[in-house]
Amino acid sequence: MIYLIFLNLLFFFPDFSYAADIDSKSYAAVIFSVFVITTLLITYYASKKTYDKKNYYAAGEKISGFQNGLAIAGDYMSAASFLGISGLVFFSGFDGLIYSIGFLVGWPIILFLIAEKLKNLGRFTFADVTSIRLKQSKIRILSAFGTLITVLFYLIAQMVGAGSLIQILFDLPYDYAIWFVGILMIIYVSFGGMIATTWVQIIKALLLIFGATLLAFFVLKDHSFSLNKLLVEATNVHKSKEMILFPGKLINDPISAISLGIALIFGTAGLPHILMRFFTVPDGKSARISALYATTFIGYFYILTFIIGFGAIVYLSNNLEYLDSANKLIGSNNMAAIHLSHAIGGDIFLGFISAVAFATILAVVSGLTLAGASAIGRDIYVYVLNNGKADERKELIVSKVSSVIIGVLAIILGIIFQGQNVAFMVGLAFAIAASTNFPILYLTITWKRLTTNGAFYGGFIGLICAIALVILGPTIWVDVFGYEKPIFPYKYPGLFSVTIAFFSIILISYFDKSGLSKTNLDKFDKLLKQSYLGRK
Amino acid sequence: MKPSLISKDLNKLIKLSNTISYTLSLIVLIVYFLFISILGFAPELFRIFLPDTTITIGIALGLGIIILSIFLTFLYVVLSNLILDEFKAKIEK
Repeated sequence: MIYLIFLNLLFFFPDFSYAADIDSKSYAAVIFSVFVITTLLITYYASKKTYDKKNYYAAGEKISGFQNGLAIAGDYMSAASFLGISGLVFFSGFDGLIYSIGFLVGWPIILFLIAEKLKNLGRFTFADVTSIRLKQSKIRILSAFGTLITVLFYLIAQMVGAGSLIQILFDLPYDYAIWFVGILMIIYVSFGGMIATTWVQIIKALLLIFGATLLAFFVLKDHSFSLNKLLVEATNVHKSKEMILFPGKLINDPISAISLGIALIFGTAGLPHILMRFFTVPDGKSARISALYATTFIGYFYILTFIIGFGAIVYLSNNLEYLDSANKLIGSNNMAAIHLSHAIGGDIFLGFISAVAFATILAVVSGLTLAGASAIGRDIYVYVLNNGKADERKELIVSKVSSVIIGVLAIILGIIFQGQNVAFMVGLAFAIAASTNFPILYLTITWKRLTTNGAFYGGFIGLICAIALVILGPTIWVDVFGYEKPIFPYKYPGLFSVTIAFFSIILISYFDKSGLSKTNLDKFDKLLKQSYLGRK
Repeated sequence: MKPSLISKDLNKLIKLSNTISYTLSLIVLIVYFLFISILGFAPELFRIFLPDTTITIGIALGLGIIILSIFLTFLYVVLSNLILDEFKAKIEK
């Protein structure tokens, strides 16, 4: 609901005639240039090491739990979370908090149920895990398909958002902004692989956490570090008065709310670019530590965005410098955090926060591209086309070329979808991840009777359900196609598609006699042992 | 008969580890879906203010869930480091 609306806002910036002068833009340009030069240097050093699979896909498994926690948090804290959630809090207060909670609670679940096992069982992609005891080719096709489709939808949404945002922050034409982001991302991923992608993500995560902490700190400092005082002042100046402290329009029917919750929780645990990060650490214990730090940073970050959103209400609501003639925030509500930085720290701070937002976009699209490239290079090229027996050098060439192709595709699609409603694509990516990737992954590591056919056909049913229900639902059927009434009444298919996926996988496996064969059962015992004790 | 891959000790480890994982997961899921259900069915509950403040029960619980999630992940890591890892070391011997 509102979460789509706010993504919408991110993609449809009205005229932006912001008072930001050359000064803040040159500060931003300087800070951003330092970021780009540093990350390109890292990419250069990384490129000397990405000659083998382990370094290219998994950063040589040398990332520590703490570093990986930061990188994962970085992947998750996109520009849409930072600007979108603080903008949502600015606009409707409490509802913004509901939204961030949904995004956070998937994290403890990932830690409790899959993080360590994933690392203990897999090498480079999550398909390594799902294909361990099932027929390689079929499961690889499904997992690679699930990965590519999730990555693509997520990537388009990020690119279109990136284009509009950069256009506003740096006065760069939309197309140039897309090309700029796309080319940098291709350089990071194709030359520097996971090593460069991880370090870009770590640096960006630190910058973002630092910037958000400063913003929240100054807001709280002005209110003698009392949340109560901040809320009192915010309710005094906001036009909705104390309504901003109450639940608003985000949740208006329980089914949609629960459905969104399910997609967010299980979708997070099925996002390929996130799952892939668990392979960059040395062992299961570090995977556990990564999830701990990731959860902590993400939770802390969401608390900050809540404070930043209320801060924006206090500082910006009556400040004509940041409002247009209709008394709305210049450049849409998503600019709340950006304007707030100017109100608090002038041009320098504005420049810094703008540069951080830009770095954030760049880091997130790089992670997505790498996940897509490894699905093509490893899952499709090696296992589907070459039966698992491909030359390592050739595999890496395929992966690197794939990253260039995905990058170019992202640039083209980003330009094609300019100004269009692509907000539903993030929701769709989460729904597919929750209805295909997660059920197969979870049942592979926990359910003895799972069979190849069950996972393959059941997984596809989940995939098709998720896509079909989104198309038939209000977001596409009504908003995009323009029909009057949706065929499927809910915006979020999660509750239905995830249930159908699990149900189909279990049912098909149950009637599939191959599940009872001794090899399948033995393989499960081996997998079970390895999932607890690691690869020995 | 071939000895099973899953030894008695490993079986114990799996049971213990599952108990910890699923208990903690259930806590998170129940708390979250309870929160969402109150929003869906009885939102007026979240409009009540905490005594002498402008902080509503909704805001307090919302921030509480974030802190609880972080706390439970800490708890899980501590339990794993203290209990499960030792168990694993014993099995590996």
